[in-house]
Amino acid sequence: MTATRFDLPVIEEETRPHWEAARDRRLLIRRCRACGVAHFYPRPFCPECWSEEVVWEEATGRATLYTHSTVHRNDLPPFGERVPYVAAVVELEEGPRMMTELVAAEPADVRIGMALEVDYRDLTDEVTVPVFRPVAGSVA
Amino acid sequence: MAWNRVAVVGAGLIPFGELFDQGYEQMAAGAFRAAVGSVDHGFDPALVDAAFVATQRGTLWGQEGIGGNTVPTAIGLAGVACTRIENACPSGSDAFRVGCMAVASGVHDVVLVIGVEKMRDKSSEEGLLARAAGGHPVYTRGESAPVLFAPFATRHMHEFGTTREMLAAVAVKNHHNGTLDPYAHFRNEVTVDDVLAAPPVCHPLGLLDCCPQTDGAAAVLLVSADRAQDFTDRPVYVAGFGTATDHPYLHEKADFVGLPATTLAAGRAYEMAGVGPAELDMAEVHDCFTITEILDVEDLGFCDKGKGGVLALEGETAIDGRLPVNPSGGLLAKGHPIGATGVAQLTECWWQLREQAEDRQVALRHGFALQHNVGGRGSGVAVVNVLTTNR
Repeated sequence: MTATRFDLPVIEEETRPHWEAARDRRLLIRRCRACGVAHFYPRPFCPECWSEEVVWEEATGRATLYTHSTVHRNDLPPFGERVPYVAAVVELEEGPRMMTELVAAEPADVRIGMALEVDYRDLTDEVTVPVFRPVAGSVA
Repeated sequence: MAWNRVAVVGAGLIPFGELFDQGYEQMAAGAFRAAVGSVDHGFDPALVDAAFVATQRGTLWGQEGIGGNTVPTAIGLAGVACTRIENACPSGSDAFRVGCMAVASGVHDVVLVIGVEKMRDKSSEEGLLARAAGGHPVYTRGESAPVLFAPFATRHMHEFGTTREMLAAVAVKNHHNGTLDPYAHFRNEVTVDDVLAAPPVCHPLGLLDCCPQTDGAAAVLLVSADRAQDFTDRPVYVAGFGTATDHPYLHEKADFVGLPATTLAAGRAYEMAGVGPAELDMAEVHDCFTITEILDVEDLGFCDKGKGGVLALEGETAIDGRLPVNPSGGLLAKGHPIGATGVAQLTECWWQLREQAEDRQVALRHGFALQHNVGGRGSGVAVVNVLTTNR
């Protein structure tokens, strides 16, 4: 018996390629061939223009920090064991934003606009989630 | 010209708090009796021909079957038409909006809107806020309620120079107002230093930047405006209302310095009511966290974007200020029993417009009051109701 945990994503047919890529240390987003805009999370149609010509694209993994909060309390397992951690909204080089976690950064050093790169955290044998870390040298 | 087709002729609530000794049905009955007892010319409960029940998460108090068929029996109205309304934190204010439409359509004559929520009977990891705010079902997990608001505070501070002291001023004001409200969960003063020294929850929000988890119930009685004089010589009319949605997931927010659902809902309500912020004598707004009130007062048009942090700090939103905000103590001090919250805010507006708010009475100049809730995942839904004494 494992304890109930709330950090595991629900992997569905539509989004399985994203998660399989994450296990291979690749970040997949989607781009619309009709209007050219990239989006996240992956949708069956473009949220900008409703075109169904949306294709997977591997992101560079480069991003900047848009906003953040250091979480000191979270009673939902297993997040309580991880506090304090930095919840972050990052802006990918391709345009879309992601809600994620900032790792390998001291909360006091975290600044809006700092340069980040994707990293990965293995949650189980099957599930790996993208997280982000400061680009070396970007921490003041 | 205000809409004014519906009148509020009764309103009431039970004292909010940690009501371990009261069950869901008892709380509902208490709120209903309070509303019935408030009708100036008396009120026969049998007149109610439809009820709308706001409960956000009926599964948390241990009797999973709660729904539109539970409350009528509890309040002695078995047989009445009754529907449960769930719309996240604005559940109560949306039940009110739906109740108004039911009366205005002519389908129902006398409508009860009642909000009831049990928040404290379960531990916090089993509680509504932890379970309800899990993030996107696919991509992001663990977004507890403060995680949904704290990144807005970070960005608001970054863009506009909003300070921790400005956030704290909201908590200080609303706790002070709570000391004047016999229905408030917290009835103690706090200082700026208390707020700044409180344990951190989600930076920059500390414990006193967060509303408590509170049990409570509230109810209002609606009739057609043409019949209002049968029940009271001091009716309050529904001038207008509006609701709107926005992206529920944080990564798709346009920015992190405002809540677009509020702006859209307010625009619709102001248009329907034929008034703007300048005509309001007071407002009850959604201050689940201190930053939320700052976002609200900007998004509702009480000040320019980016200036919301100054309003509480400079006393503009105090009970004797330019535009009093949350004279009841707000969610921060009165509490936030989710389904009941909006209905209780409307009750406060009703008391204020009828000059029955005792020590926390605001000055009436124009006769309009605004009530607002915003919530759901990523503040993806908002409701604004505007009440008036002007016919």
